[in-house]
Amino acid sequence: MTRTRHRVWKYGDNVNTDVIFPGKYTYTIETDTAQLARHALEDLDPSFASAAQRGDVIVAGRNWGNGSSREQAVKCLIAAGVHAVIASSFARIYYRNAINSGLLVITCPELVAQVETGDEIEIDLDAAQMHYSGRAYSFPPLPEQVREIVDAGGIIPYLRAKAREQ
Amino acid sequence: MARASQRNRVKPGDIVVIEPEIVLSHDNSAAIAAIFQQLPHDRVKYPERLAITLDHAVPPPTAKHARNHARIREFVRQQGIANFFEVGRGICHQVLCEEGIIGPGMTLLGADSHSTHYGWLGAFSAGIGRSEVAAIWATGQLWLRVPETMRIELTGKFETGVTTKDLTISMIGRLSSDGATYMAVEFDGDGVAGLSPDSRAVLTNMMAEMGAKNACMAPDEVTWRWLSETLRRTRPEDHVDRLGFFRGRALFPDSGADYALHHHIDLSEIEPMVSCPHNVDNVQPLSAVATRAVDVGFIGTCTNGRLEDLAAAAKIVRGRRLRRRLIVIPASSMALRDAADAGYIADLIEAGATIGSPGCGPCMGVHQGVLAPGEVCVSSANRNFRGRMGEPDAEIYLASPAVVAASCVAGHLIHPADLSI
Ligand code: SF4
Repeated sequence: MTRTRHRVWKYGDNVNTDVIFPGKYTYTIETDTAQLARHALEDLDPSFASAAQRGDVIVAGRNWGNGSSREQAVKCLIAAGVHAVIASSFARIYYRNAINSGLLVITCPELVAQVETGDEIEIDLDAAQMHYSGRAYSFPPLPEQVREIVDAGGIIPYLRAKAREQ
Repeated sequence: MARASQRNRVKPGDIVVIEPEIVLSHDNSAAIAAIFQQLPHDRVKYPERLAITLDHAVPPPTAKHARNHARIREFVRQQGIANFFEVGRGICHQVLCEEGIIGPGMTLLGADSHSTHYGWLGAFSAGIGRSEVAAIWATGQLWLRVPETMRIELTGKFETGVTTKDLTISMIGRLSSDGATYMAVEFDGDGVAGLSPDSRAVLTNMMAEMGAKNACMAPDEVTWRWLSETLRRTRPEDHVDRLGFFRGRALFPDSGADYALHHHIDLSEIEPMVSCPHNVDNVQPLSAVATRAVDVGFIGTCTNGRLEDLAAAAKIVRGRRLRRRLIVIPASSMALRDAADAGYIADLIEAGATIGSPGCGPCMGVHQGVLAPGEVCVSSANRNFRGRMGEPDAEIYLASPAVVAASCVAGHLIHPADLSI
């Protein structure tokens, strides 16, 4: 049984990396977790950084994370405790950066259409389903290897752990 | 992708693990090597699959750049990487095509966003991040999501003075810079056959500016002729075998393939286009901005620095004097040599242009012609983001090489057909 329960923060279409993590900090804040968390979604939702709790999920519309390839736009959400981003679609480089940094990303337009901020959803990764208000929503499952990358916290930690096992 | 992931079939949205046949990196190879060194793998798994070019800051403009190159050479030596191309050979995307490192039906992942380029040869190629390249160096593998496909059907012929650069800019203006996010863009239709090899690469190269993962067109007679003539020069020892290998690998679209989107473009309706500051999708017809004064022109880059581009510029400046500075940087040593043989370089120099050594030049603002505050540049490159070529308040207009050359003759944006003298 791997169902986990999460509170939703809901946003719209075309949220770009500048409002997820402002460009003005990209060369001053790189790895400091507390600072990354403090500026997460600063220009999108000023209430987010102070009210987000570990395990929350972001649910958004089309083209989440378009724009710059800055990795902080993924790392700031991880630092803020975000468990997953669920969107109708993702900008390509954001999607890759997320998985390779250990942030769970789920494409599921059907669920996006139903939920609002403050709702609670459940995620069952093994079954590749989410549950909300008595209904199940399937999403394309992550293949074993990609899921292992997310679980390990990103591609570099994943490869290190794998080499240690051998 | 099915082949590279050893599956029978793949469908859009599937995530597959592929073993790319070529992994590209350039001046960023030392930074990737530093990430690679965090991994316990001492050796690159398949050194024969790596291709490294020194191209972004060549010859090195500062001691720091020289040290970076020296570190890369050391890594290349230690790991026994044969596909290594030195300073002056040219820009990665051009060199790998000319050298037959990649060809029809092959797969390439590159630490460069314009890795969509190789689709003009019928290859699958996409850009990835540095950590991911380090991971492939270590394991030979990487995960990818199978893209949906956008089909762009080209019919008809361009009017005189219109190029694939105008087509690309017009498409990006219409579909916007995220119009093809995560998609494969496939070009087909009877309009493709009339496009020259040099001009085809403009299309696939710049699909990166529309968010595409990769772009491709099926190889045809034009492709095979180009490969045959080029490989004969760059690999005289095995060009026949290499061409045979590519013929065996070539892939063509499934008949009845599913396309997520389908656009049709009549080439005869495309007019000369310009991307205005500071976004590639901020597009205007040249006729609407033709009085804009320019300070400097730049012809080069992986988008428009090939022989055909240098020929177009030479034809316009021949017998004229440039009123504005014009920096010309051939995309490869082969393009430079051929342009010299054909007399284009002499034409350009006579008119007052400056010739730089093959490489990226000022495209990303490192050297060989970066812009001062307030300067206006008309460029044959692919990006005009704020600050891309130097100072943040410099302005960059993107256009075809002929328009760049004509604008440097007139002192303002202009179509060559409108030059009076
Ligand atoms: S020429 Fe410009 S766009 Fe092309 S690889 Fe070099 S820096 Fe990148």
